[in-house]
Amino acid sequence: MNYVNNWRPDLPRAARIIQIGVENERTRTFVLDLHLAARPGQFVMVWLPGVEERPLSLIAGDPVSFTVARVGPFTTALHQLRVGDRVWVRGPYGNGFDVRGQHLLCVGGGYGVAPMLFVARQAIAASRRVTAVIGARTAAELLFTDRFAALGCAVITTTDDGSAGARGLVTDGVRRVLEQGLPDEVYACGPRPMLEAILRLCQAEGLPCQLSWENKMRCAMGICGTCEQNGWLVCREGPVQRWVPIPP
Amino acid sequence: MLQNGVDLSVDLCGIRLRNPLILASGILGTSAALMERVGRGGAGAVTSKSCSPLPRAGHPNPTVIKWGPGFLNAVGLANPGVEAQVEILRETRRRLVDVGVAVIGSIFAETVEGFARVAETLSAAEPDLIEVNISCPNVAHELGAPFSSAPESAAAVTRAVKAATDIPIIVKLSPNVTDIAAIARAVEEAGADAIAAINTVSGMVIDIEAARPVLSNLEGGLSGPAIKPIAVRCVYQCYQAVSIPIVGIGGVSSGADAIEMIMAGARAVGVGSAVFWGGVEALGRIAQEMADFMSAHGYRCVSDMVGLAHRPSSWQPSSIEVGVATGRCI
Repeated sequence: MNYVNNWRPDLPRAARIIQIGVENERTRTFVLDLHLAARPGQFVMVWLPGVEERPLSLIAGDPVSFTVARVGPFTTALHQLRVGDRVWVRGPYGNGFDVRGQHLLCVGGGYGVAPMLFVARQAIAASRRVTAVIGARTAAELLFTDRFAALGCAVITTTDDGSAGARGLVTDGVRRVLEQGLPDEVYACGPRPMLEAILRLCQAEGLPCQLSWENKMRCAMGICGTCEQNGWLVCREGPVQRWVPIPP
Repeated sequence: MLQNGVDLSVDLCGIRLRNPLILASGILGTSAALMERVGRGGAGAVTSKSCSPLPRAGHPNPTVIKWGPGFLNAVGLANPGVEAQVEILRETRRRLVDVGVAVIGSIFAETVEGFARVAETLSAAEPDLIEVNISCPNVAHELGAPFSSAPESAAAVTRAVKAATDIPIIVKLSPNVTDIAAIARAVEEAGADAIAAINTVSGMVIDIEAARPVLSNLEGGLSGPAIKPIAVRCVYQCYQAVSIPIVGIGGVSSGADAIEMIMAGARAVGVGSAVFWGGVEALGRIAQEMADFMSAHGYRCVSDMVGLAHRPSSWQPSSIEVGVATGRCI
């Protein structure tokens, strides 16, 4: 190991895909032969040479795993890769979630459920109680319900069309959980309107919450300002924002 | 701004900066809220990201990577266009007026006439100064060689912008030339109120596993501590060539770095990549470190140190310690 080699972790590193899990028709989970000391809620920048580089939320750091839906040119190129192919990774970046309290409520909307699985795994390993509320448009798009259950979480599902679980939004499921008793802290990742709704709910109940936001990114290191949101750097000071009630 | 009994304030083209540290363009200058944070974090001035006549999406990722003690970037001048930038600058001024932080609007265009048009439009926001970015190294495929590549083209842009606005202009030069002093002279003769040196140093990083350059633009601009000696040399050469003030930029991340740049001839100092290590408070911390050094060495004000490294070799720095500085503080 020399001085120059010590710089390498700052640059994209080539990693091999060792496993590809098919979650549904357009969603796959990729596992790499790369081991990072990552926290739940952190993300990596994944580069496909000749295609693009994108931030992807981790579902595990050891080994590095992420779940990706095929929605555009980058994710389509990623889905064409096979076990043994390589991707390039830099990171992990971002602050990540903090496991707090004895009973955690994890809320995942759409693909936002991916980092929630990482939080739940860490919380269960630390002997905490976890309730997961998972929402999607249809039954086919619901992700990881069995994996949350296998971890030992109480699982509640909602779908927009009622094809699985309760018909309605994920926030309706959250409301029902809160009616039955308050968790110590709420964790959420998903579309912006969902996060805003969860924040309003938590503020009304005086519940602390940790929300993971998403934005376009370039450097992922807090210098270019691309991901800025009201003066807050999503890539470095986020993506997780913790809200706590002001004591009376 | 008085700290440790020393005066850090400087005059830049008639604008009083509370300290010489300026947030460099391209770093965190994307919104009023972010620039406000850097201003409240201790900057003397903030520079917005360079804007063009029309919005630009910039290059696809990878656009920024960290390489050892620096960054290589080819963002490709992504910006919302000058019309939107006017609103951002107005809001930035409104948020920073009580803090006493100057606001610099940075512009670029594809043509000389375009530069004049952007300068005129941007002037409606009444920034304290306008930075004329003629030296971005990362858009050559679209725009050709930067205007900073030759004295004639650099002077042509300077003249056009001067004719289009009454706001003092800082022309930002490139280190990727054979003779930066010649460009500095041409820009001064064309009416520039100040020059900034340097923009990023053209470079490339190749991933040997992928066997291709990492940045989508292939080449990019290197910034950060990796380029500081290049920047100091360029500022030193410009100081010998021109009498207008120089904003020294390139790899400054400590008070010692800023003092070095000032002794090379800079009146103010741009700070960019250092926010990676120091966050939005980096510029305030650097200012404090400058004040500590000045106080310990008997410098009363920044102008005591501007260009000190140009003194004849017979001169001994010990004379400073007994208070024999350059005389008046400006």
